[in-house]
Amino acid sequence: MTTITNNKIAFIDGSRLITEACVQAGAEVFVGYPITPANLLYSYSNQRFPVMMAAPDEITTLQWMTGYSALGKLPVTATAFPGYALMIESINMAMMMELPMVIILVQRLGPATGTATSGAQGDINGVNGTISGGFKIPTFCISNLQDCWELTAKAVEAAVRLRTPVVLLSSKEMVMTQMSFDLSGLSNIEKVAWKMHEDTQEYKTYATDEQLIPAFLPVTQNKHQVRFTASTHDQSGILQNTSPEALNNSTRLKTKLDLHINAYLFYSYDAEKGAETIVFSFDITAQASREAVLLLRQEGHKVSLLIAKTLFPIPEIYPQILSNYKKIVVAEENLDGQYKHLLFGSHPGSHIKSVNAFGRMIQPEEIMEEVKNNG
Amino acid sequence: MDKNFLVDSKALPFCKGCTHTSVAQSTERALQKLGYDPLDVIFVTDIGCHGIIDKSLKSHTVHGLHGRSVALASGIAAGLAKDSGKKVIVFIGDGGATIGMQHLLVAAHHNFPMTVVVHNNMLYGMTGGQPSEFTPEGFNTPTSPNRSAMGAIDMVRLMEGVGAAYVSRISGIGDLSNELADAFAQPGFSLIEVMEICTSYGVKSNPGMKLRQVIESSGLQLSKHTNDRAEAPHQNFESFSSSLITEKLIITKEFEPIKKGTVRILLSGSAGEGIQSAAEFLAKTAMLSGLYATKKGHYPVTVGVGFSAAEVIISDEPIFYTGSTKPDFMVITSQDGLDYAMPRIKKSDRSTIILDQSLTLPETKSVIKLTDLRAKTGSRNAAMLSVFHLVRKFGILSEASLLTAYSRNKLSAKVPIETFLE
Ligand code: SF4
Repeated sequence: MTTITNNKIAFIDGSRLITEACVQAGAEVFVGYPITPANLLYSYSNQRFPVMMAAPDEITTLQWMTGYSALGKLPVTATAFPGYALMIESINMAMMMELPMVIILVQRLGPATGTATSGAQGDINGVNGTISGGFKIPTFCISNLQDCWELTAKAVEAAVRLRTPVVLLSSKEMVMTQMSFDLSGLSNIEKVAWKMHEDTQEYKTYATDEQLIPAFLPVTQNKHQVRFTASTHDQSGILQNTSPEALNNSTRLKTKLDLHINAYLFYSYDAEKGAETIVFSFDITAQASREAVLLLRQEGHKVSLLIAKTLFPIPEIYPQILSNYKKIVVAEENLDGQYKHLLFGSHPGSHIKSVNAFGRMIQPEEIMEEVKNNG
Repeated sequence: MDKNFLVDSKALPFCKGCTHTSVAQSTERALQKLGYDPLDVIFVTDIGCHGIIDKSLKSHTVHGLHGRSVALASGIAAGLAKDSGKKVIVFIGDGGATIGMQHLLVAAHHNFPMTVVVHNNMLYGMTGGQPSEFTPEGFNTPTSPNRSAMGAIDMVRLMEGVGAAYVSRISGIGDLSNELADAFAQPGFSLIEVMEICTSYGVKSNPGMKLRQVIESSGLQLSKHTNDRAEAPHQNFESFSSSLITEKLIITKEFEPIKKGTVRILLSGSAGEGIQSAAEFLAKTAMLSGLYATKKGHYPVTVGVGFSAAEVIISDEPIFYTGSTKPDFMVITSQDGLDYAMPRIKKSDRSTIILDQSLTLPETKSVIKLTDLRAKTGSRNAAMLSVFHLVRKFGILSEASLLTAYSRNKLSAKVPIETFLE
């Protein structure tokens, strides 16, 4: 019997950890509107954030957030797909303006309003396609309570350091289920500082050095003119048609991420020596996958496990790791494997197996069965 | 300091004769009258001809999405420090005001410190002259050449309706700087609607029609209304709140577990009867014995009616997967709960089902135990009673841990423990 002897065990839900981690990492304002299953995040944030704003709708939420971000106050919101869908144009705006923010997307069963109180992992394609033109919004996906803490802090850090909106992806059971959890394992979170423009000489809102990340100045200072612009713009933030400088500035939004995303590459790879099969998963199904792999190994099966935490841009390392295996079992709670298709195309090879569920959680037994299946 | 707000007030990017030009020039004069420096002012604009003013401005500029500038500016205005000395001004068209009308109402309702200048030329200029909700009766546009039969929305009255601190409508002819300065000088929210004419589309579609005539025949009044309202409270980003992760959450092991392995329990009953808190109580009781525990809730979107169910897992090993499709115990306290659990009851063959005695026995291969979970203690206590029954009857956890956990539970102040021990 391995009962817990450490004395820092709490009965806790992920929403509490996420909210606290946001604030400790430097988030200052929560702009929320009511939507299930993100309401716990709303109520914790109401209690904890320095400033809390109750917005009337989803578009206003994102617009207010962008306004706060222009002041240098890091905003956070929490939503589900119906809200996220309405936010998309504004998320594009914030990305183009390079104004940081964190959008916590708690997945629930769709399509449309679907079932608000049922979890899902159905928004992978939606998030992947958030930004027009082939750009990606950095997306981090929580796979357990420890991630609710550490990954949240990293999401805040990525938003501020890379000057971009960031999605922290999750799902109903991940943020609402209460679990016994050892608080002594929570690392210290440092407040993230914004990289400010220090030079007194010249300032162009979107001029960068070789790091490709512009230095920030809020619209409240009197030294330099600041221009935040959603339309295609030059380095000064002046609207341009398709001048080379302006197009370069837009494509920099991709190269900026390419250059820095490896600093925010999070996954856990549990490689079993001699294994020819690997289970690949993320979010709530990562928990079923962990249990399945544990039980399979107890039964004497050799199997590895890869849990993705950085979902977008898709890290190169995932296909690299997966290519070492003869059989790949991808488990995700949607119709037919959205992330699987993003990784392997519309018609993946026969060695790519899918475990999916719609309207319920995937059980460890289903993953075990697919791993053991010789077909 | 250079007090010019416009890079070159003679070279503005609008068509010849467009009223946007005089709005821009008058804005500069108004701000100069009020003594602002260019970098004290944050202009928020959006899509439409008026929005291309940005490059001509020496102030801070934020250029957003069509119709959303007021919401974007609201975020900036709401977060300004007290006595910041900053002025937030939105330039929006009647098209943008149509698209984002709610944002205007909300900003006025909150009394965010900002001024919205609605450039109302009664059509969408940039996109070819389509009608907006502000196109008055009898006014043609290129895509609605047969005179709009519908009156225009009266923005001033709408604003009054939401309690705007300041709203006015002026004609865009001549110098507007006094009227604009009056609006800019307000401490809270102000909106000024400037009636304009688009020389490219408005004039062409309504030959010979003068702006004064349009205003007169539209029935819209040139007027000003104020409402003596308190300013929106300033936000304190330094405000203190204590951590959500506190020592109070910690549950220390005080008892020995009396059962090995994992027990999965489904509590299923009706909303409003304490299922969720009883399930949480059960999990916390297990933690007093140093066990791992999880609790997952299920309920419809309605909070006060329908079913409420919770899955609890208690284990001496770490728990990853928190579902339980085949629970060891299913405790059913009401008909709602029975209906919800029915698919699992039908499938189960190795569960123990504890059923309130008032309910009809379902068909199942599992063992059913009938007991009174509601009659004696009442429906409000049915869930807690079922937890006591489960723990004591089936020896899931020690009696001592149960008693201690209850003494620390909120309910113990209202319901004596004896209620559950009989
Ligand atoms: S199209 Fe109309 S609104 Fe636009 S600049 Fe020309 S006159 Fe002004």
